[in-house]
Amino acid sequence: MSQPDSFATSLRETFRRDQVFGPLRPGTRPVSAGHLDTGGKHILYMEDVTVSFDGFKALNDLTLYIEPGELRCIIGPNGAGKSTMMDVITGKTRPDSGVCYFGQTLDLTRMSDTEIATAGIGRKFQKPTVFPEHTALENLELAMAGPKGTWHALLKPVTGEQRDWMASTLDTVGLLNDRDRPAGALSHGQKQWLEIAMVLMQKPELLLVDEPIAGMTRQEVERTTELLQGLAGGHSVMVVEHDMEFIRSIANTVTVLHQGSVLAEGSMQQVQNDPRVIEVYLGESM
Amino acid sequence: MRHSDFKTALTDHAAKLFLGVLFGAVIIVALLNLLVPADSALHVSSYTVTLLGKYLCYALLALALDLVWGYCGILSLGHGAFFALGGYAMGMYLMRQIGDRGVYGNPELPDFMVFLNWDQLPWYWHGFDHFGFALLMVGLVPGVLAFVFGWLAFRSRVTGVYLSIITQALTYALMLAFFRNELGFGGNNGLTDFKDLLGFSLQADGTRVALLLASALALGGAFVLCRWITGTRLGRTVMAVRDAESRARFLGYRTEHYKLWVFTLSAVLAGIAGALYVPQVGIINPGEFSPLNSIELVVWVAVGGRATLYGAVIGAILVNYAKTVFTGVMPEAWLFALGGLFVAVTVFLPQGLVGLARNLARKKKQPDQEAHHEPA
Repeated sequence: MSQPDSFATSLRETFRRDQVFGPLRPGTRPVSAGHLDTGGKHILYMEDVTVSFDGFKALNDLTLYIEPGELRCIIGPNGAGKSTMMDVITGKTRPDSGVCYFGQTLDLTRMSDTEIATAGIGRKFQKPTVFPEHTALENLELAMAGPKGTWHALLKPVTGEQRDWMASTLDTVGLLNDRDRPAGALSHGQKQWLEIAMVLMQKPELLLVDEPIAGMTRQEVERTTELLQGLAGGHSVMVVEHDMEFIRSIANTVTVLHQGSVLAEGSMQQVQNDPRVIEVYLGESM
Repeated sequence: MRHSDFKTALTDHAAKLFLGVLFGAVIIVALLNLLVPADSALHVSSYTVTLLGKYLCYALLALALDLVWGYCGILSLGHGAFFALGGYAMGMYLMRQIGDRGVYGNPELPDFMVFLNWDQLPWYWHGFDHFGFALLMVGLVPGVLAFVFGWLAFRSRVTGVYLSIITQALTYALMLAFFRNELGFGGNNGLTDFKDLLGFSLQADGTRVALLLASALALGGAFVLCRWITGTRLGRTVMAVRDAESRARFLGYRTEHYKLWVFTLSAVLAGIAGALYVPQVGIINPGEFSPLNSIELVVWVAVGGRATLYGAVIGAILVNYAKTVFTGVMPEAWLFALGGLFVAVTVFLPQGLVGLARNLARKKKQPDQEAHHEPA
């Protein structure tokens, strides 16, 4: 980050409304070194993360690591803390305690949601949240990685190279023929793919995918499976899903959350035979 | 997806049509006023020229509001404040132009200051003898106020109805302040008795026509500017902020910067509209800050149709024409008519007249196809 930027950042931090005199408290100063360092074994480190809402512990000493290029599935019953975990990673919720690092250097607990998005964590929300009035292509243009300032947006048109990139991303998710349709007019499955394409345009190192197949038809589920498997390797992908069938078809490693902490972790085979998991999922067909 | 540059915004079909109609009408009116003798049936009175000029200023104000409301989703109920501030800046210049021709004949002080027994010009009146300085203030004062206000409001993520309420409070507070004599802007009488602008008498037909042309130029220029902006990535991002702000934030946009940018630009345009309005109507007083004015302005844009730019212009001219006719025939009913109009438009024409015209055109073109939504 350049000098004036870090000045603006520290100024902004000084005037943050959610923490009165925050910068005066030890340990809450913003990190100014803003480069993602993936030199370590893992791309995401969460250690002993606790989040409580009015005494209820949504996350309870959660510890989780994600490796670069990994496709990880997170399952767990309702209220297990899956969404809260995603919120902590994307900066929407601040943990009460614990460590959350992206790569070796970026402390996610001190970065704003915008900074985290820019640093390389993309999130696909549960409900498709595309921009309905914009065309599919314009949605990708909005999502594209790059400077996000007002003057840049006013004066710098999209380059031919970026245009090709958008087209190839649309092709990846099978929406090239719908490029000029308003996103609001796409089918439910198409919206989900469009949103995955939008997350891809952010050039994320880590992709958080929240219930990607909810409400999809069988064919759409198959396409989504292929799509996500194709993305792993180039990116780290973290999928939260309820559907066991789907998880079985894509997962290498599965993490089971229960009451805010990790209950079991391993291959689908291992997890399925874990007695604690069976107990939690009593009655559900694993 | 187009990224319009300034040239395409100026030369594309819609812009040509808009500018053609605008300048065509204004030039015809100007010629009929200046060249046709007063007893001819074709003569356009100076009253009509000034009335049209006033409408064009309102249209520019409506355009400014459409930019923030239609494209950015910020329903400002205080845009009249920026209009009035621009008007006051121009009014101060016009007051200084009076010189010693005032009622008290004081070459140093405007009449109201003599009346209040002030012995010297307040510091903030200095500089307004110069037209260039006054023009600068016309843009700068509303712009800076909008910037500071917007910075505080958008950074604190004040949105929706709460933002509307504080913009309303802003204009109300300014109205109360400007009513006070101590503030030094003429109290409830405001600034009036203007004589001339750049040495030209404000009563002369030529000056009135020139002001009409200036208003048309400002409106045309602002229209092209807004069309250009809304066609760029900035415009599309602003619309994305309107439709799903938190989503845009997750994509890495500092949405408050975008809102602030558009809000400030809009305030400057509103200030310019006010500055053109004041010499044509000959007075500026705190009544212009009245919250009712800002609400009427919202009605103009709603009637015309949001997020189309030309819709705001059409709405402003139509509603104000209706107001002129109505207040002539039965003045006491105007506010009821205005309220009824707003309710009717909200319930039956959420897209305004432009939306209605588009729907009719689409139905005619493709009677059995499902209406497909076209981005504005």
